Amino acid sequence: MEITVNNQAYTIDESCSVAGMLSAVLQISGDGIAVAVNQSIVTRPEWPRHLLRAGDQVMLIRATQGG
Amino acid sequence: MLKIADKTFSSRLFTGTGKFNSAAQMEAALLASGSELVTVALKRIDLKDTEDDILMHLQHSHIHLLPNTSGVRTAKEAVFAAQLAREAMHTNWIKLEIHPDPKYLMPDPIETLKATEELAKLGFIVLPYIHADPVLCKRLEDAGTAAVMPLGSPIGSNKGLRTIDFLEIIISQSNVPVIIDAGIGSPSDAAKAMEIGADAVLVNTAIAVSGNPAVMAEAFKIAVQAGRMAFEAQLGLIHSQAVASSPLTSFLDD
Repeated sequence: MEITVNNQAYTIDESCSVAGMLSAVLQISGDGIAVAVNQSIVTRPEWPRHLLRAGDQVMLIRATQGG
Repeated sequence: MLKIADKTFSSRLFTGTGKFNSAAQMEAALLASGSELVTVALKRIDLKDTEDDILMHLQHSHIHLLPNTSGVRTAKEAVFAAQLAREAMHTNWIKLEIHPDPKYLMPDPIETLKATEELAKLGFIVLPYIHADPVLCKRLEDAGTAAVMPLGSPIGSNKGLRTIDFLEIIISQSNVPVIIDAGIGSPSDAAKAMEIGADAVLVNTAIAVSGNPAVMAEAFKIAVQAGRMAFEAQLGLIHSQAVASSPLTSFLDD
């Protein structure tokens, strides 16, 4: 099924959790990042059990330089 | 020692991480500054460059992170950004910045007050970036702000303390720490801010865009210490006429 991650299209398996998407699809560690799905924050403890659905819009945020 | 919420700071120089040429240059400057509170912004992860992580350059035990909400336009967006920052950085401290106008980056006082009320209720330690408005500062205190961060002049302008008359009013009547933020262009500006009784200053551009950020950071560190010492030692009064420093004895007269 199709989802978007930071406005880019990705194809993932059915029943893929947020944790699964981060490690398997994007190959990024969860350190220092925040996840929102459809403008709603998914907290770290929820990552393994929050299952993504087709059409979900995922936003991944991290720190950057700023004043 | 400066205390904000539950944290004490031995350095009254807070710094930002923006505009440095490289992460190594930034880290060197932050360490030279002695700063214990360092701002960062939020961004969407670049999925083509997932190694790009500023936090690994900020992992020093004396450095606390202060994420900001730069990029939001409303109180609602600011609350969302603060929650994202808390998730990503495990801190409930937030520098609240709501400046919808990209030309002057003037903070929106109405949205800022609304967001402060809401974030304080949600348990955040809120440090709002605001205009040098003494009335707004009192309203923010009522809303539960942890400090106020009035501007000296527009962000990144290096124009110094153009709002000084209003900063003095804010300082004279504030019950929360006053951190002068934005526009401080030189160590002498920072010293002046401390001399008039600011609790701390936040400096970013003036360090980052200088010819030698690490040396400039140290110059700011010394200036902030000097300004604070002068404030604590109590400056002499300003007079409109001369007041002789030497005895006016007429020793040449017969």
